[in-house]
Amino acid sequence: MATMVQAIRMALHVGEERHGVTDVFGEDIGPPLGGAFTQTQGIKTSWNSPLDERGIVGMAIGLALAGQRPVAEIQFCDYAFNTIDLLKLAGAMHWSSAGDWKCPMVLMTPVGAGIRGSIYHSHSFDAQATRLAGWKIVCPSNPRDAYGLMLSAIVDPNPVMYLMPKALLRVKGRPGEEVPGEPGDDKALSKMIDQPPGGDRSKWRPEWPKLEDLFIPIGKASIVRPGKHVTIVTYGRDVLMALGAAEEAAKDGTDVEVIDLRSLHPYDWDAIKTSVKKTNRVIFVNEDTEITNFGEHLLRRTVEELFYELHAPPKLVAGKHVPGIGLADSLEHASVPQKATILAAIRETAAHVP
Amino acid sequence: MTATLTPEKKNGSHKELSPELLLQMHDTMVKARVLEERLITMYKQGDGYFWIGGPGEEAFGVPLGMLVQKGHGPEYDYLHLHYRGSPTIMAMGADPVDSLRQMKNTASDPYSRGRNFCCHYSIEKWNVVPVSSPIEVQYSMAPGTALANKRALGGKGTGITIVTGGDAGTAEGDFATCLIWSSRKGHELPVLIIVTNNLYGISTPYEGQHGETKISDRGKPFGMQTLTVDGNDPEVSYQALAAAMDYVRTERKPFLLEVMVSRLYGHSSASGANFVANETDCLAKFEQKLIDRKLITRERADTIRATYNQELLDASKKVREEPQPKPESIWDHVFADTAGNGAPKGSS
Ligand SMILES: Cc1ncc(C[n+]2csc(CCOP(=O)(O)OP(=O)(O)O)c2C)c(N)n1
Repeated sequence: MATMVQAIRMALHVGEERHGVTDVFGEDIGPPLGGAFTQTQGIKTSWNSPLDERGIVGMAIGLALAGQRPVAEIQFCDYAFNTIDLLKLAGAMHWSSAGDWKCPMVLMTPVGAGIRGSIYHSHSFDAQATRLAGWKIVCPSNPRDAYGLMLSAIVDPNPVMYLMPKALLRVKGRPGEEVPGEPGDDKALSKMIDQPPGGDRSKWRPEWPKLEDLFIPIGKASIVRPGKHVTIVTYGRDVLMALGAAEEAAKDGTDVEVIDLRSLHPYDWDAIKTSVKKTNRVIFVNEDTEITNFGEHLLRRTVEELFYELHAPPKLVAGKHVPGIGLADSLEHASVPQKATILAAIRETAAHVP
Repeated sequence: MTATLTPEKKNGSHKELSPELLLQMHDTMVKARVLEERLITMYKQGDGYFWIGGPGEEAFGVPLGMLVQKGHGPEYDYLHLHYRGSPTIMAMGADPVDSLRQMKNTASDPYSRGRNFCCHYSIEKWNVVPVSSPIEVQYSMAPGTALANKRALGGKGTGITIVTGGDAGTAEGDFATCLIWSSRKGHELPVLIIVTNNLYGISTPYEGQHGETKISDRGKPFGMQTLTVDGNDPEVSYQALAAAMDYVRTERKPFLLEVMVSRLYGHSSASGANFVANETDCLAKFEQKLIDRKLITRERADTIRATYNQELLDASKKVREEPQPKPESIWDHVFADTAGNGAPKGSS
């Protein structure tokens, strides 16, 4: 079973072989490293850019305007903050020109905590990203979705931001989360597509499995655990956290439905609505700081449109509004949602008597 | 600050420009000037909310537009202009009435359908990238289209990327981005980097903001060809642009060109949009030169101006009656793959 990072790599390979990707670039994206997380090893069109995030976004926009298909990377989303006006520009290109120009680019960037990244390798980007009208925003939680969302992002005619949950990059999929065409054996896959560390990397070439196309539609959520009593709406790293909490809650007889949004924008309101109408209780979970949080928007809409469906106050479990995520385990755990925090929220919501 | 052709370029200068070309240049300069004056009048009469444009830059902008390899796609030139680009767009053959439409933010404005300020052009079929307000961002995008230019026709194309902006904006990191990304050894890009230096950023004088002697010097550490020229003389501009473009087209490498220009009506309507008498008027100067050389008469020059004046006055009256965009059109073109009002509205 592939890991998420292998899945991304395979999607980029399929993207450049079959779907017109012309450039995969960013800091340390080309040989010899192939990405800080190995996500671009063996990609033919990969190249190393100057260490200039604004330049990376500008280059991607220019390439996209001129009919190329770029996939650019910001090495950590923590370093995307100084590109915000260029991101706005990409999102505005089609609208401000009243449909004259298109800007089909993919911007991928690792997000979130969970790798002991301290203050500047643990940020989330959800709130900033979802404020960029004109962009589509996706965030996978497993290798299959990572593969299928990347391919959808690549063929999309709009700018698409691809948020990679750092903590999940090396996590293998569960049954049913395979990349279509990957060999069943992990070791065989690793031998084929993982660049051996050290030595002369310039001679290494990957041997790609026969991969099939898979397009996970942007804007469609997935119900990763059906349940009757409480809905959790989340994405990325917190999908696994929520599933863990749901297993615990099941032991006391609380049946939790977990929705993996997969796309933050456009998002699958129908999936949320259907689930809330069924369970009447909902918790939104994400890692970003809680003030002006994307989950707050979902919560607001829930209150406005589903008020009379609710049997308990809807909840937001999010990161603490502090400037960074501290390095020590104790600090990180106190800053972003953990299984225990989510479980406590489930219990409170489930126990609420209207 | 004096603006001169550097000696090495003077020696290698092109042959004299033909009388026909000079007259064509003059005609377009008049057209562009009359357009700007009409836009200012519209603003002052309440037929627009804001004016910003390029009066005083015609002697540079018109030759630029005349020399552009105009077309669609990376075999042709890409233009990343700022908000003073009307002379260039006019020289490329755009209809000045469309500029009036953008001024009046009508639904018929082809550049933005009433969404953007005047002189914020977007012409996809001619590779004119949307002009946007944030200063200098065009310099970060230019290397991207230049890379596509470089790849076009299997590397045999002659299309280049042209980016323009003002002097004050060069303090932004995006200007450095452009220098760096276009000059990487072995990966040089065919981009003509232009700075129009009018010695002001809104109210802040050039003096006191720059450590470099000339802005064009900033290209030197990157191994770039550089030049500072008098942009108030259309013959000098034309020659300099032709030489610089020729270099970029054939060498497929960047060139940094600084053009000294006037700001004839101040920064924008925010500063009054009134004629500034102590700035060089490139059009008046050029006209006198053509009269002295007996290429045109005063009467003929006046007639050209009066004719454009009348045309645009009449057009502005018509444009005034054209419908404004419909409120629900805000949802059009949010995404490229959901047409018209089918676009996802609001938050989902
Ligand atoms: C990033 C950014 N900062 C500030 C402004 C406001 N602003 C508009 S024009 C301008 C001055 C630009 O001067 P210069 O680059 O010399 O160009 P000029 O207008 O003189 O042609 C400023 C500060 C802006 N539009 N964008």
